[in-house]
Amino acid sequence: MSEVLSVLLYGLVQAAVLLLVALGFSVTFGLSGIPNFAHGGVYILSGFVCWYLLRKLGWPHLLAAAGGVAVAAVVGVLLYWLVIRPVRRLVLAEVIATFAAGVAMLELFRWMGLVTYEFNLPPVVAGSVTLGELAVDAHRLAVVAAAAGLGLLLWWFGRATRTGLALRAMAQEEYTALSLGIREDFMATVSVALGSALAAVAAVLVLPLGLISINLGYDAMLVALALTVVGGTERTAGLVLAALLLGVATVAASVVLGPHWSEVIYLAAIVAVLAVRPSGILGRLKELEERV
Amino acid sequence: MTERVDAVLSVERVSKRFGGVQALQGVDLEVRRGEAVGVIGPNGSGKTTLVNVITGFVSPDRGRVLFRGVDVTGLPVDVRVNLGMARSFQTPRPFYRLPASRNLVIPLCSSRARERLGTGWGRREEVALDLLEEVGFERDAPAVAKPAAELPHGYLKRLELARCLALDPEVLLLDELFSGMSPAETASLIPLLTRLRDEGRSLVLVEHRLAELFQVVDRVVVLDFGRKIAEGRPAEVMASEEVRRAYLGQEVAGLA
Amino acid sequence: MRTAPAGYRRERLDRGIKVRSEDVFVLAGWGELLYRAGPRLAATVLLLVFPLLRPWTGEYWQTVFLVALAMMLAAVSWAFLENVGLVSLGHSLFFGAGGYLTALVALELRAPALVAVLVGSLAGSLTCALLLAPVLRLRGVYFSLVTFALPLLFSRIIEATKILGGTEGIVGVPGLGSLAARQYLLVAALLAAVFGLQRLLDSDYGLVLHAIRDNDVGVRASGIAVGRWKLAAIAVGSLPTSLAGGVLATHYHVVGMSAFALDYSVLPLTAAVLGGPGTMAGAAVGAALLVPVSELLRAFGTLRVVAYCALLVAALVAVPEGLFSLARRRYYQFERWVPV
Repeated sequence: MSEVLSVLLYGLVQAAVLLLVALGFSVTFGLSGIPNFAHGGVYILSGFVCWYLLRKLGWPHLLAAAGGVAVAAVVGVLLYWLVIRPVRRLVLAEVIATFAAGVAMLELFRWMGLVTYEFNLPPVVAGSVTLGELAVDAHRLAVVAAAAGLGLLLWWFGRATRTGLALRAMAQEEYTALSLGIREDFMATVSVALGSALAAVAAVLVLPLGLISINLGYDAMLVALALTVVGGTERTAGLVLAALLLGVATVAASVVLGPHWSEVIYLAAIVAVLAVRPSGILGRLKELEERV
Repeated sequence: MTERVDAVLSVERVSKRFGGVQALQGVDLEVRRGEAVGVIGPNGSGKTTLVNVITGFVSPDRGRVLFRGVDVTGLPVDVRVNLGMARSFQTPRPFYRLPASRNLVIPLCSSRARERLGTGWGRREEVALDLLEEVGFERDAPAVAKPAAELPHGYLKRLELARCLALDPEVLLLDELFSGMSPAETASLIPLLTRLRDEGRSLVLVEHRLAELFQVVDRVVVLDFGRKIAEGRPAEVMASEEVRRAYLGQEVAGLA
Repeated sequence: MRTAPAGYRRERLDRGIKVRSEDVFVLAGWGELLYRAGPRLAATVLLLVFPLLRPWTGEYWQTVFLVALAMMLAAVSWAFLENVGLVSLGHSLFFGAGGYLTALVALELRAPALVAVLVGSLAGSLTCALLLAPVLRLRGVYFSLVTFALPLLFSRIIEATKILGGTEGIVGVPGLGSLAARQYLLVAALLAAVFGLQRLLDSDYGLVLHAIRDNDVGVRASGIAVGRWKLAAIAVGSLPTSLAGGVLATHYHVVGMSAFALDYSVLPLTAAVLGGPGTMAGAAVGAALLVPVSELLRAFGTLRVVAYCALLVAALVAVPEGLFSLARRRYYQFERWVPV
């Protein structure tokens, strides 16, 4: 019994991790239709920035984290103005451009040798908590709390505020949104900056669970893609559900089958969802409606 | 005389909801061979959604669409087109980079066009020019060779019509064909539309320009807020209290 | 980009010799003939002759030539798919599929190397087409998402579950004749791909493919089964890349997870964008430039990838039509200022 509970609990933690990591990409993509393939790069970049501020400059943890988030937001703005906006008129050029930017960032870090064990971030909250028979680190619980909080915040933001509605309208029909007098560049900048900031928040929370490893940047993209495909981009609820399903499934798989089966789960989930319900498990837009 | 068998297009109790808006509610429509039906109603009454449902761009929540007796609800757009439906878009969607004649190459590559218009290798350019002439492009005019992006609105609308004709349709659904056209341009298209109807094709025309519409159609259907509120001959329908109220608003109708 | 002086605008005119060599007039004289056929002829001759220059270039550069040919095929394949609106961020998927299936056909079915390569490549591109089929009904972005994810996922699955030879890969793949034989096989494939795919894109079918990229709703409303056309495009378009993967597998005698590496995705992409995504020849030229440069910069390790990416973004922003189209325009046209 305690094993099942343990799987559920760690599955929940994993779901929170997945949600946090994917949130930035999903927000940018869902709000303004920009697929920011540099998301993984920004994720790792903010991890390194936070590390630098914390370990090298001796800033207090919270301040270092804030610094990471701020830098990420600025990088997001730069990404939009220097990389995305100049190529927006070409079909799918923003995909190629952000992909290139992301890979450039990650491989630059690799070339600079930022791959040793000294690159790690400390947990946000120290100590552990006992729940019944299980002991969990306080940090992991903080991760779950943060994911829940952010998820809720974004759901509210997306629905309730005018900007949120405007941005959603834009993602669904750029032509009509423009005619509503919304300034496209401003909205797009905000969505990319916001997505990048969320990537930084995720980095500060998730990277302490291991080392700041370059490959985690590519992982972050994989997770973001898996959740975007499985959960659909229309509703935050879809993303959360996808995170829960994949989180528990991957933990269960690694307990029952072996540690590396999580990738197989991602693949199976992506393929299955695309074949059966292409707009995601909770997506309501079907097929052509997504494009008309 | 209105036997089921004659109905080439049959829409049965179709409903569609978009988020908070009920775009269509239990709408029925029957179109017979060689009949021209007008679909009118104030803005937002669901006319375009109806066309989208019939042609497959939107799948209805309830109800079905029958084409020549076959249930086509759920079939993809291109399959319905190859069965004999063709629709024009309210806002023209030409292939902007291509000149008008090359625009038509795409529909002429469909299996229906290949069968019915014989557009095998090499004949496409010829057939395209013929079609353009039918809708009012002059054969050697510069308009034929200019990229579609440079064509004025009226020409784009005619190009849309030509695209439909390139599919040799049995049912033509035209979404606000006349909108944005000058009276002269509209007048020039009316003989074409009546000829298409007389050839045995069926027309469904969504329109706001009622005077011109009534010259082509035998029957009119009125939608308001997704519901069919009237159906019949143009004169009868326009005399109806409910229709006037829908178009003019509650208070004004009482004064009329 | 120079802007016009006040009161003037830029005008582009065809060069005299181009006009003189249009249509049947190209037969007017040697000058005209060479002008038109020259570039193509020169490139083809270079490709055919290079393997024969072995005594002068040495073994190393001949191998680089082979790899360059493989990358040129991949770049052409990438560019073709891009013309249909399918931007692949994981072209190594097709490369690895071709490599693995060639190895399997050669070793499991005991087929002779040439048969293995041909069958394996075909199987590779068909498998990838089927894998990607579900994503074709969605927006183009999803194709990019999934092509990005698949090679990453495959290499990790291979590493984790040890299938297909695991981290060591499938060893003992038989060789395919001599180096020169492999080179000529790829040269033939390249010439076929460049000229064949370009003809396809210039034909009426190419018109439909481009329309699918620009306005797929309009194409559906014109009765074209977009999904099937895209599927066919992937099957045909990915074939050059799978073939390259298959031939390189016979060259190295091994195929492993590295076939799905990022390098094989980034390089064709950069080459095609740099050279010009609109044309098949442009993509090939881009790769022909990048591969030797990449070899020369081998010492810089992964910094090369950083450089490609920076180059890629620069190319997208500054020269969106690609170097090849730029060069071709200069070749055929000249510019001057005319008063407005």
